[in-house]
Amino acid sequence: MDDLTLAARAAAKPEPLPKKERMKLLRGAMPEQDAMARARNFAEVNLGYTEQLAIMEADRCLQCPKPYCIEGCPVAVNIPNFIRLLGEGNVKGAADSLLGDNALPCVTGRVCPQETQCEQVCLRAKTGTPVAIGYLERFVADWAITHTDSFERATPAPSGKKVAIVGSGPAGLTTAGELTKRGHKVTIFEAFHAAGGVLIYGIPEFRLPKDIVQKEVDRLVDAGVEIRPNSIIGKTYTLPELRAEFDAVFVAVGAGLPVFMNVPGENLKGVYSANEYLTRVNLMGAYNPDSDTPVLHGQRVAVVGGGNVAMDSVRTARRLGAAESVCVYRRSRTELPARIEEVHHAEQEGVRFEFLTAPVEVLGDEKGWVSGLKCVRMELGEPDASGRRRPVEIPGSEFVFPCDMVVVAIGTRSNPLLTATSPELRINKWGYIEIDDNLQTSMDGVFAGGDIVRGAATVILAMGDGKKAAQNIDAYLRGELAAPAAVEASAAH
Amino acid sequence: MHPIVSKEQLSPNVTRLVVVAPRIAEIRQPGQFVIVRRGPGAERIPLTIADVDKAAGTISLVIQAIGKSTHELTSLSVGDAITDIAGPLGTPTHLMAGGHAVCVGGGVGTAVAYPIAQALSRNGVKVTSVIGGRSKDWVIYEDELRAVGEVIVCTDDGSYGRPGFVTEALKELCEAGGIDEVFAIGPVPMMRACSELTRPYAIKTTVSLNSIMIDGTGMCGGCRVAIDGKTQYACCDGPEFDGHKVDFRMLADRLNTYREFEQAALERWTSSHSGAAGMTLAEAGQPASAEAH
Repeated sequence: MDDLTLAARAAAKPEPLPKKERMKLLRGAMPEQDAMARARNFAEVNLGYTEQLAIMEADRCLQCPKPYCIEGCPVAVNIPNFIRLLGEGNVKGAADSLLGDNALPCVTGRVCPQETQCEQVCLRAKTGTPVAIGYLERFVADWAITHTDSFERATPAPSGKKVAIVGSGPAGLTTAGELTKRGHKVTIFEAFHAAGGVLIYGIPEFRLPKDIVQKEVDRLVDAGVEIRPNSIIGKTYTLPELRAEFDAVFVAVGAGLPVFMNVPGENLKGVYSANEYLTRVNLMGAYNPDSDTPVLHGQRVAVVGGGNVAMDSVRTARRLGAAESVCVYRRSRTELPARIEEVHHAEQEGVRFEFLTAPVEVLGDEKGWVSGLKCVRMELGEPDASGRRRPVEIPGSEFVFPCDMVVVAIGTRSNPLLTATSPELRINKWGYIEIDDNLQTSMDGVFAGGDIVRGAATVILAMGDGKKAAQNIDAYLRGELAAPAAVEASAAH
Repeated sequence: MHPIVSKEQLSPNVTRLVVVAPRIAEIRQPGQFVIVRRGPGAERIPLTIADVDKAAGTISLVIQAIGKSTHELTSLSVGDAITDIAGPLGTPTHLMAGGHAVCVGGGVGTAVAYPIAQALSRNGVKVTSVIGGRSKDWVIYEDELRAVGEVIVCTDDGSYGRPGFVTEALKELCEAGGIDEVFAIGPVPMMRACSELTRPYAIKTTVSLNSIMIDGTGMCGGCRVAIDGKTQYACCDGPEFDGHKVDFRMLADRLNTYREFEQAALERWTSSHSGAAGMTLAEAGQPASAEAH
């Protein structure tokens, strides 16, 4: 067996393995923290590939002449290229390739739903298990972030143009990185005191360590991006004010309003929106007992919803000491929108799932605290507009789940603070910003992307928008972009 | 960073900090507030903007020291700086033009009522202020309010002004008639009492709600209040609402969510700052989360 280190690979320069040999290699498992231990701490669950695991996994890639994985990636990372370089022991080359395509690879390597994107279309998935693209991405990205001295600071010729970005989440950070590479001066306006958006207030430490996000942000700041915290567009400044001061604006504020269930008892003490619960724990650090910001430590916790935010909440509750932490979802396991790995990890950590169950009321005690969640059982009926089978209530199936905390994680919607003060900006009836194919809004020089356009989605889709926005903003600044296609008028405003 | 340029003790537990925040000073409107985070690791807390000096680029924060976070803020000195101030937040006060308004301020709520009274007066409204405290030492913003209209001071112990609660003085004004709007700002029981008092007179009554908040932009939903049975967010739909439609019981209840935590945090803080003028929550007579007012 080869000495499977990067240095040995780089020195030996072995011939590429024949395809037949590659096909024999099995997908390497991600080393993880023990499930029982991690169910009570906030340290990262996935520990990351070792050099040996990474090289063995890189050897599994068939280097397809027509790589479907690239098409499967919303930011079109040249996956076979960085994997080939990694397999040759050239991790620096792999990192250069990856960073050229993806501004936040440490993040996407951890939180992307690879199973429905690059890995789903990997040729090896047809006959077995796909190449662990996400794990390899993370390995290379983590190497890059711990070897910043190996990278020369790029100094693109200044374009003399200034761009404002509203929101420092995945879309905003991606656009900032791409525009900076092209020589534009970028200023990001962030409402919170720290940059990162959902990456710091939403996604928990155990899935995406905050120091990793900070390093990604630091990399952008080093490249010349200015971040203005505590700047709420719509309050501190308006969008028209920004537009007057900057040559272009990219609006990437996310979908910043929680959706509640609209059932009785929802304002009892102990009912949180997932936004509030996760922000207290993550951004404000309430998982630390010495934190100034309090958070309730429920003993029996019901989390309503089946997406990644629900998984983050239900696993957080477990870590904060819940004896029972239950995910209540109105459809069945098959329809769960969360990443498979998150569901799997949650179950390993002792989280229980109540499928085909919908809450109808939050019950409270005489002191105004949550005492239970009244639910009904559901069955799946005909497919609805989304193509998923619609859950239908089973009459007479009501039951009460006794609990002392409820977290509502059924989605978010658009926050009107920015749009309310931008009368020229056209929005649809749900309050999302309308854009054309080039991500241009109805305001000249104002682009938008991420959740404020598409509704609550994923980190990587927001990053895809960010990348596309940067290309179009760059073209706009060079006077090469067609005027916005007429965005259809709507009843909004 | 927002340097503190002046500090003044207004009452035994109320401090005024004047801090540099030019943009907020420039655009803030009456009724708006800021979210303040003292420094790394500190809580984000909502505080009303009591006054501004546009020329100097400063805003006045009036802080009642009840919990750990407010004690830490009021322990800062001139020359220290507050790391984060975000705002101005909230919907500005809807100001009528002309007529007669009564501004009722209880305790630190008087500092919240002041910018409203000031703006009303500028709008040609006759302003009568009714302000109260447990004794003379606890009355704040009297001189500032006198500059914009008549002031009736009430003290619980009768040590200054007329003895008794602000509600008694308000009742007399209501009976005398001619009042177009009442603004009542202070502890929840006081705002509830004022709203109940004006209801039979059908006088529009506006209250400013001091819910628990994190972001102040509508993102967390923690500040939700029930207005006429409908859930609204104090941070962006408010903080001012029609007092006749507010579910004060729910508000008071939700403000108690972290009471035990706050008590423990305050005890830890006072024991590590012996000599600091710490009070228990019970002594302060209201939940620590009522810090906005």
